[in-house]
Amino acid sequence: MKNSLLRPVAIALTGLLCLLACSGCTSSNLARVKPWERTALADYTMNPGRDPLATTAAEHVYFSREASAGGRAVGGSGCGCN
Amino acid sequence: MAAARNDILKAGAGNRRDYITFALFVLFLGLVVSAPAETRVGDAFPALESAGLEGRLPETAGRVVLVDFWASWCAPCRVSFPHYAKLHADCTSRGLVVVAISVDEDPAAYAAFVKKLNPPFAVLRDRDHTLVRQVDVPAMPTCFLIARDGHVRALYQGFHGNETDRALREEIEKLLAASPPSP
Repeated sequence: MKNSLLRPVAIALTGLLCLLACSGCTSSNLARVKPWERTALADYTMNPGRDPLATTAAEHVYFSREASAGGRAVGGSGCGCN
Repeated sequence: MAAARNDILKAGAGNRRDYITFALFVLFLGLVVSAPAETRVGDAFPALESAGLEGRLPETAGRVVLVDFWASWCAPCRVSFPHYAKLHADCTSRGLVVVAISVDEDPAAYAAFVKKLNPPFAVLRDRDHTLVRQVDVPAMPTCFLIARDGHVRALYQGFHGNETDRALREEIEKLLAASPPSP
């Protein structure tokens, strides 16, 4: 008797959980930027490499400190010997 | 004792199967409900006249229409405009209409872009993103080629210079060669 009551309740709860999970995936709470909404993202200031001089300086400091010259964009080892 | 144990195990397997089937059904339902309505090849393109576009729309009835969605912040869009201008010059007399629809939110950026490139074809703005949302444009820019019957015959995502130009011309020639629909 107890089991026969528990089963539909468990199924209903499972269904409710699934629905909640689905609504979480499809709701507008998630930031889905459509192609036509990328005005701000396409802005110049959104490019982290917009200042080549600053990037070069930062990389110089980083690679000197880490002894990993060539570790980012140059082919070869990361031992600092090239 | 062993038989009772088997019965319990079978019942447990049945319950699990029920739960999994139900969960899959709900997931499928969620996916179907959330699927966006999009305009793709073979679909009828929404009426431009009732889309609330800003600007003057040329006569498109019974013509081959190239609808391009663009934005001032989109670099390939800038590259595409001279190609569309050439297409406009070459094919307008034979029944092609080029309509470039901007999705710019900033009217000043839109105006500056138009002023700089000074396109010879129709340029409009989808200020409220009504049409672009309805069509569900997959990328920027996206170009729809619409046949004389109002159905989408080709769709080009992005603009890849001469490659896209060549593909567009081939398809436009085919569509222009097709006879106009009977009234």
